[in-house]
Amino acid sequence: MVATTRPSPDRRTTGWLARFDRVERAVHWVNAALFGVLILTGSVLYLQPLDQLVGRRALVENIHVWCGVALPVPVLLALAGPWGRRLRLDVRRFNRFSREDRVWIRTAFREREERVATLAQLEMGKFNAGQKLNAAWTAGVGLVMLGTGAIMRWYHPWPLAWRTGSTFVHDWLAAAIGLVVIGHIGMAVRDPAALRAIFTGRIRRSWAEKHAPAWLAGDDGPAAEEA
Amino acid sequence: MASDPPDRRGPDRGTPVGRRVVLGLLGLGAVGVVTGSTIQNGLDDVLAPVQRVDPTGLSDLLPGDYFRIYTVTDGYPVESDAQYRLAVDGLVDHPMTLTLPELQARPATTLVRDFQCVTGWRVRGVRWQGVLLSDLLEEAGLQTGGTALRLESFDGAYTESLTLAEARRSDVIVAYSMDNGPLSVEHGGPVRLYVAPMYGYKSIKWLSRIQVVDKVIPGYWETEGNYSIEAWVGSSNGRNDPPVT
Repeated sequence: MVATTRPSPDRRTTGWLARFDRVERAVHWVNAALFGVLILTGSVLYLQPLDQLVGRRALVENIHVWCGVALPVPVLLALAGPWGRRLRLDVRRFNRFSREDRVWIRTAFREREERVATLAQLEMGKFNAGQKLNAAWTAGVGLVMLGTGAIMRWYHPWPLAWRTGSTFVHDWLAAAIGLVVIGHIGMAVRDPAALRAIFTGRIRRSWAEKHAPAWLAGDDGPAAEEA
Repeated sequence: MASDPPDRRGPDRGTPVGRRVVLGLLGLGAVGVVTGSTIQNGLDDVLAPVQRVDPTGLSDLLPGDYFRIYTVTDGYPVESDAQYRLAVDGLVDHPMTLTLPELQARPATTLVRDFQCVTGWRVRGVRWQGVLLSDLLEEAGLQTGGTALRLESFDGAYTESLTLAEARRSDVIVAYSMDNGPLSVEHGGPVRLYVAPMYGYKSIKWLSRIQVVDKVIPGYWETEGNYSIEAWVGSSNGRNDPPVT
């Protein structure tokens, strides 16, 4: 084990903690696959050079629409049953912003040295404020994209102006989503330990001591979740 | 910060920012759907001059003032310039089948006008070149009883209609050139119609047949999408877009 700056809580003695269970990892990767297909097919529909390369517009459009319709299904399925206990707990975590989260966000815009110094003293929970915002953003824009996409695809009942407005919202959000997804992958690649956790479900205790001490020590932390 | 106890007591402590972000995005999305067409027009005014001088072309990736390509069939129908034929028939004295060179040999009309889609986007100042539709009709010789045109696309699905009065306007052309180049396949090449004063769905792409008929037969979107048959920009389809210039 690497040396740590904090005294280890003595709840558990192994070097590994459970961070994501099977259901959470499955939901993440099914979502990622759907997002990937949506981004690819959306790009084909949206960028003319790609469209000319691929063709088969009606097929691409159908894939895009039905992947969009399918997007909420895995999350809802995972949340609905007894198997979703851990996911439901993490959704509650995503929702709540502590004082530490607010400090974290303010620090994100500071100079690197100051940021590192401040973050080292912060008792962060299982997720940092950036991860929480990403989760909320993804849920929110997912719903908005679904709604605007549905108006564009099944346009009969809606006023024409709404179809225009939906195209406007769908286009601009698509550009924003592209940037956020690039950011999300970039952040994950920069923290290989956290990245590995979404593949294996496990994370080193030393990582949690450094990045998520409040999670490690909390009543709902890994010890409680194992119980 | 040190005086504040860490957030250790369960996942439900703290402000429900996540919920607020989700609800806020839903609210913004709804506002965007309702007001989007107005905002988009304003953005186009700002972005269009930038995109015209941007040497990188990156600003073209931004949503806004550019063509969105629609087809009603799978992919693009393709006819080479050599294969292409345009039939002018129906209630005419001299039915014609014209090749692309034959069209290009006729007197050309150039229009530099906006392309306004009924879904809201507008591309400004597109340069269209082709043959006046009225010239082709005159050459074919209209018979009495003909009151309208039925227009067909070689995609095999799309159709449009115009009254003869509309078809005879000086801003309605059978176009084979766009922005100084040949009309590309995604824009309806080799030959499409360009009906300047009407919404884009009247400007049928991949034009293959002009049939003179005795009454207006509603076209593809007029049937499929409840669009207005008289598609004047600004006074149809429940829209109030400014006139094309």
